[in-house]
Amino acid sequence: MTAVPMVKAENVHKSFGSVEVLKGIDLEVAPREVFCLIGPSGSGKSTFLRCINHLEQVSGGRLSVDGQLVGYREKNGKLYELKDSEVALQRRDIGMVFQRFNLFPHMTALENVMEAPVQVKRESKAVARERAQRLLDRVGLADKAGNYPSQLSGGQQQRVAIARALAMEPKLMLFDEPTSALDPELVGDVLDVMRGLAEDGMTMIVVTHEMGFAREVGDSLVFMDEGVVVEAGNPRDVLTNPQHERTQSFLSKVL
Amino acid sequence: MTADVNKTDGPGGARGGGPEVIKAIPVRHPLRYVSALIALGTLVAIVYAFAQSDKINWGALPDYFFNDRILDGVVETMKLTILAMVIGVVLGVLLAVMRLSKNPVTSSIAWFYIWFFRGTPVLVQLFVWFNLGLVFEYVNLGPFYKDQWSDFMTPMLTALLGLGLNEAAYMAEICRAGLLSVDEGQTEASHALGMSHSKTLRRIVIPQSMRVIVPPTGNEVINMLKTTSLVSAVQYLDLFRVTQQIGERSTATVEMYFLAAAWYLVMTSILSVGQYYVERYYAKGSTRSLPPTPVQRLKAALIPSRNLSGGLR
Repeated sequence: MTAVPMVKAENVHKSFGSVEVLKGIDLEVAPREVFCLIGPSGSGKSTFLRCINHLEQVSGGRLSVDGQLVGYREKNGKLYELKDSEVALQRRDIGMVFQRFNLFPHMTALENVMEAPVQVKRESKAVARERAQRLLDRVGLADKAGNYPSQLSGGQQQRVAIARALAMEPKLMLFDEPTSALDPELVGDVLDVMRGLAEDGMTMIVVTHEMGFAREVGDSLVFMDEGVVVEAGNPRDVLTNPQHERTQSFLSKVL
Repeated sequence: MTADVNKTDGPGGARGGGPEVIKAIPVRHPLRYVSALIALGTLVAIVYAFAQSDKINWGALPDYFFNDRILDGVVETMKLTILAMVIGVVLGVLLAVMRLSKNPVTSSIAWFYIWFFRGTPVLVQLFVWFNLGLVFEYVNLGPFYKDQWSDFMTPMLTALLGLGLNEAAYMAEICRAGLLSVDEGQTEASHALGMSHSKTLRRIVIPQSMRVIVPPTGNEVINMLKTTSLVSAVQYLDLFRVTQQIGERSTATVEMYFLAAAWYLVMTSILSVGQYYVERYYAKGSTRSLPPTPVQRLKAALIPSRNLSGGLR
């Protein structure tokens, strides 16, 4: 394993008001690793994922991406909140795919993919369009470039959303239950795209209920419950031979 | 939301080879004919009541309808409507963004502005602007401009400030509702891509909020067109003031009010058509296919209607 982990969490806490959602998460994600997060709903796995690109602010502990603290700067032992523009700069390198796709409905598939490179990186439209076409081709939607999201199926929308995140050439991709809002027959296409990404060496953190995907593609797996990591390890070991009683009862319900 | 049921099924009977076309006798609606007759009768009675009166000189309307001074008044009213709405929309968007800002200073300023300008009648505001010379004797912008208040505050400026600043308060609330109507996931997706707050607002949130903002704004434009008639109170020569003046000098006082009403109706009708097409434009992407325009629908209805057998008899 390389020296600097892509994501490093040390005793990460997160509270919403008086409700503590994350109660001290410790984990490390190595570069090029496919890291799967599973657990019952309300276990805090999505919240943890959203902390990684500062959509949520951690309330305790240290969380860093590629050696850089997320949302804060540490100077002389004191933490300083980052300005909005600095947070935006950190987010550039982290792609995120949402459960509900969140494509921009007033733009075509192609425009969705072009938007961030043109607006954030000030790339020329010609360059951005060329890359967007290539990315749409990669997710198997080259012929849907001119369609609006409302004219696409859920699976197609999610693949456009993946292309949109990839357009910023991120070093880390976050997937927040990417197939949970899809009809069963559309799940396969999205998982195929993700499998391709993993083969190309993308670092990925995937919150998922797709145990088959975790077993086949995942390099490590973490089972979370009630804001803590209950069990971690190789996905094949954890899924076939869970050590912890809570993991066993969860897996017996979903497998 | 705009699920249009296509009632004219085209030349359905001409389709060959398909299943047998159902030929049923449609449900009759006799009450529709009765109510239409009652409505028409009432309308005729009202028109007759006005037309038979020998106290109103109807000939004055066509005589004055395209009178130069009236046309000038129409142009002034339209100019005022457009300029006041531009002030209202620009300032309104700004106020809405300020109101939703995390910064407590800007949001309080916006709240105070809306509270004041929405809480006082626009006619009172017009008079206040007009008479502010009591407080400020001079307008002094250092080396650039210096003049007496009464010369500076022309009827045009009074009207624009009075109407525009008042409108901004209403537009701010309309825009705020529009901005809040956009799903939070849109902002999150945009932020996750590294877009800044202002870029997110400009590129993602505002375009989507337009669908909610445009219909009430069209309503505001029509409202503004009519509200401009208040500026006649501060010496502005708009359509209403011109008709009043003509009415006072000739003997056709009431006739001129009818004429003004007719012109206002013409203008608001044109605006309504414009509003329809603007709304259509901003529906882009929200519906799979846009419903046909009335013109398209008319064309579609006229062509197959020839071979309809059970039409009105």
